[in-house]
Amino acid sequence: MPRLKAGQRHEVAFTLNGVAVRGEAEPRMLLTDFLRHVIGVTGTHVGCEHGVCGACTIRLDGVATRGCLLFAVQVAGRDVKTVEGLGGSDGRLSPLQEAFRRNHALQCGFCTAGILMSLDDFLEKNPSPTEPEVREVLSGHLCRCTGYTGIVRAALETAKGNADA
Amino acid sequence: MNEVAAELAREEAYTGRPLKRVEDAALLTGRGRFIDDLPSSAGTLHAAILRSPHAHAELVSIDAAEALKMAGVAAVITRKDVTALTRPFTVGVRQPMQHWCLAVDRVRYVGEPVAVVLARDRYLAEDALDAISVEYRPLPPVIDPERAARADAPLLHPDVGANVVSDRSFAYGDPEAAFAEAPHVVGTTIRYPRNSVTPIECFGMIADWRPDDGTYEITTHFQGPFALHPVMALALKVPGTKVRIRTPPDSGGSYGVKQGVVPYAVLMAVAARVAGRPVKWIEDRLEHLSAASSATNRVTRIEAAVAEDGRVTALRYDQLEDCGAYLKAPEPATLYRMHGTLTGAYQIPNLTVRNRVVLTNKTPTGLNRGFGGPQVYYALERLMHRIADELGLDRLEVIRRNLVPKEAMPYRAAAGSLYDSGDYAATVDLAIGEGRLVGLLARREKARKEGRLYGIGFAAVVEPSVSNMGYITTVLTAEEREKAGPKDGAVASATVALDPLGGVSVAVASTPQGQGHRTVLSQVVADVFGLRPEDVSVTVELDTARDAWSIAAGNYSSRFAAAVAGTAHLAAMRLRDRLAPIAAQRLNVPAEEIVFSGGKVAARSNPENSLSFHRLAGASHWSPGTLGDGVDPALRETAFWSPPELAAPDRGDVINSSAAYGFIFDMCGVEVDRDTGKVSIDRYVTAHDAGRLLNPALADGQVRGAFANAVGAAFYEEFAYGEDGRCLNGTFADYLVPTACEVPEPEILHMACPSPFTPLGAKGIGEGNCMSTPVCLANAVADALGVSDIDLPLSPAQVMALIEPNEPPPPHAAAVEAREPGRALSGEGTATIAATPDEIWRAILDPASLARLLPGCERLEAIDENTYAADVTVRVGPVTGRYTARVRLSELQPPHSLRLDGDGGGTLGTGSGTAWIVLQPADGSTRIEYRWEAEAGGKVAAVGGRMLESAARLLIRQMLQRLEVGAAPAAKRPWWRKHLPLGKGR
Repeated sequence: MPRLKAGQRHEVAFTLNGVAVRGEAEPRMLLTDFLRHVIGVTGTHVGCEHGVCGACTIRLDGVATRGCLLFAVQVAGRDVKTVEGLGGSDGRLSPLQEAFRRNHALQCGFCTAGILMSLDDFLEKNPSPTEPEVREVLSGHLCRCTGYTGIVRAALETAKGNADA
Repeated sequence: MNEVAAELAREEAYTGRPLKRVEDAALLTGRGRFIDDLPSSAGTLHAAILRSPHAHAELVSIDAAEALKMAGVAAVITRKDVTALTRPFTVGVRQPMQHWCLAVDRVRYVGEPVAVVLARDRYLAEDALDAISVEYRPLPPVIDPERAARADAPLLHPDVGANVVSDRSFAYGDPEAAFAEAPHVVGTTIRYPRNSVTPIECFGMIADWRPDDGTYEITTHFQGPFALHPVMALALKVPGTKVRIRTPPDSGGSYGVKQGVVPYAVLMAVAARVAGRPVKWIEDRLEHLSAASSATNRVTRIEAAVAEDGRVTALRYDQLEDCGAYLKAPEPATLYRMHGTLTGAYQIPNLTVRNRVVLTNKTPTGLNRGFGGPQVYYALERLMHRIADELGLDRLEVIRRNLVPKEAMPYRAAAGSLYDSGDYAATVDLAIGEGRLVGLLARREKARKEGRLYGIGFAAVVEPSVSNMGYITTVLTAEEREKAGPKDGAVASATVALDPLGGVSVAVASTPQGQGHRTVLSQVVADVFGLRPEDVSVTVELDTARDAWSIAAGNYSSRFAAAVAGTAHLAAMRLRDRLAPIAAQRLNVPAEEIVFSGGKVAARSNPENSLSFHRLAGASHWSPGTLGDGVDPALRETAFWSPPELAAPDRGDVINSSAAYGFIFDMCGVEVDRDTGKVSIDRYVTAHDAGRLLNPALADGQVRGAFANAVGAAFYEEFAYGEDGRCLNGTFADYLVPTACEVPEPEILHMACPSPFTPLGAKGIGEGNCMSTPVCLANAVADALGVSDIDLPLSPAQVMALIEPNEPPPPHAAAVEAREPGRALSGEGTATIAATPDEIWRAILDPASLARLLPGCERLEAIDENTYAADVTVRVGPVTGRYTARVRLSELQPPHSLRLDGDGGGTLGTGSGTAWIVLQPADGSTRIEYRWEAEAGGKVAAVGGRMLESAARLLIRQMLQRLEVGAAPAAKRPWWRKHLPLGKGR
């Protein structure tokens, strides 16, 4: 483990959505602030900084993780996936994103990125979930707009679509 | 209407279809543009706000010298800046109340802004908050509205002279006679709690000052009403044209709450002016939950005069509205938004109302989804259930007998609302039909046979939309209104423009917060021109310096579908009327012959005779000279629309408070777990009449969202305050918001009685379930438990208290009386220390050794005999903070007993405590008996409330360990002794 000094900036090199990137951060800088304001990818949102609302969820080495509870320096050498990495390189929406659109699973869209990242991880590991299982995973996220109905439907539809394909 | 109806019935009509949203592509891929995503110019400073840890205190002094020396800090804004550059905010009642954007003489709620640090980045700004020293002189706070209304209560605003800042009485019809003649009078008292549909995106803004022309420029997700724009300009002491508000393309939800950015917009505007650089401020969650905004809590006494058959002949309301520490514009609008509609869905001709507005040491209130509806309908719909119960009638039958009949539409309610349309009885039938009610009754019967607690609830609600800007003036007397000049109407504006290539663009003053306005507007305008929605570009960012707007602009009172979309339709129609003569000229037919369809403009009788829409639309740009005499170019049309039905209150205080009135009938079945008090929603049916639905998928989205918000209000959400006014829920782990596991899917039904008063026949739909659902669920729980008094939130603890009446919570009245607060934390214990009482006594009384005894003490300095000033660093769970404390030793009985008092404040908030210590000699050692009480306020109470007690016990343990180390002669000290046998805390 390298020794980090408070008040000093350290270089953090990591993989972001498959691409090697680097930036500088003080040891106390949160990963969310680093991604948004140093690296410049603003799709990951900050809703509480207490690890409760789930808006900032990213995948770290494949695991859905709260971005607001990590320091930037903790992702050095690791693999980070954010909402920007979900769609195809041609700009096409992923099946999950498409299902969100079809089912009106978002309104203001602020909590959406975190929910997509949790479901991205969850559906990869649980290809045919039940509705209670989907709701259980979603209980780690707060959405004030939709009442969750469209989100649940989108997740189940994506799973079904993946199974049929 | 006929023309519109014909328009919408056309085969290609997009309006009314559940189209996918144009907003979604960006939001799903991380390309949304929310306030914190926008680029800011180089040199932008980042703001952090120092907030009051006290609910009520005089602000004695603020010293920012140390903060200003810190790295990266550019400026600290304090009261001297705001008193020089601003005025207190305009207040909606005639009272000498001073509400500045930053505390000036007093703080009146926990979280009230006291100073702003501007620094190179947010981290440095927050660092510097710790270095500002503020001296407060605490005053007794008052939290409960009923206590605040009493003459002997602590006074928030001495200049006003009372905490009740408005007290008005109203009578409509002949309520006295109706009550005198009625065979039955049924009443109930409701205490509606404080809550808020907290958006997941907190407040944010970028403010700038242009010294060259004296303009403040503020980019923020302000949602209106833009009647607050003049309020900002007056506070900033500049003309309205010198306050330029711009909104970002996306906003992360508002539900009314982002109306609350106004005081911060003024504060950050001043900050930018003082610093001479742009200032960016992003609120954090603790700030939001403790100090952003809240719906009002209200105490309502409601009574009905009732005939034998259950018909209500008169209603009597006594409402005590708690608006928090200041009456923040547009308050007391929450109390008056429903004024014309106080008789709800019922034909009740007589009404009497007393409305009082009281101030307490809590966060000032503001807009919130439902806005006054939840408070009113909780009282009214609980009352309707109780009328049936007390008269031994069927509950649904009592509702039905009182409903306004279809034949009476448009119906003038007792206090003035003009219900435009609706068939309430048919909507009830729709909800209960297809076996839905029969099924519910069967489920209840079966559950009860099996000994389970199952209940059914109903609620009938009129949902007002498109607020009359004049309703708020009902708080003034007719004489006061006359002096101030009339306020009325609800002006909406929309602009439709054509570009040189024939593209159509739409701009509205609507500031959406996620509802999909761009999608709906593209549908509505595409239909007018016979285009596809994707041919129409919609911009919803508002710029007050360039766009058409008026004071009613904004995204509130469910005005989009009914007012804004209708106004866009009107603007598009006007532009089409300008295009038609140009087309007529080119196609050589009369203008009346022109039809717009399928991307073409054609002659009705000969569709082959046509030209493309784009070519026609570009004509006024490219060749205005060819238009001919008397034909105006068709480039852009701006329409303003205000419903003529919205007049100012008349001399008798009759007020039509909204333009359109939808109707909702809700019905549900719930089951209560008798062991845990948990309520599960078994079935929920919600039937809406919102007139014509412009996009049914988005309308259902609004219903589901409001329903989820209401489930939170019914079961989980309450802004809780300590008796000393401290905020007890500064995180989403404390302020509980329902998740996907708690929100079931309601069955949504629609009935469409189009409004004759709105351009497209639409009525609002976005707030109704916030009004109907909390009381519908409470009615069901009351039915399940067989109780008549029931208040929200129906948390398991509250429900258990209803199930087990032998263990009731302390009655409300007693809680109000018991105001000399027992401190929140207390404990006692004993410890044995290997030192004599004399040795221990010396260790405590000697300042140098006392400093070593206090955990985290960095400095201790005698300021008087046995009184010390100390700097202490304390850690509670994950938070560490510095306190500046006063420590005092008293009641000294050497070497037997003493009392130790400490109180202090710092970055974590405030704390105070007392310990009583008795030393007993015990075989060469000393047995210490101690008892302590403590309380904490501010950040530590809001975030670490659950950890306070264990943190206090840890501190005591550390103190005793240090006492042993410090007092005992080395020889007596067992080197291995690390832990002390400590008594248990209580």
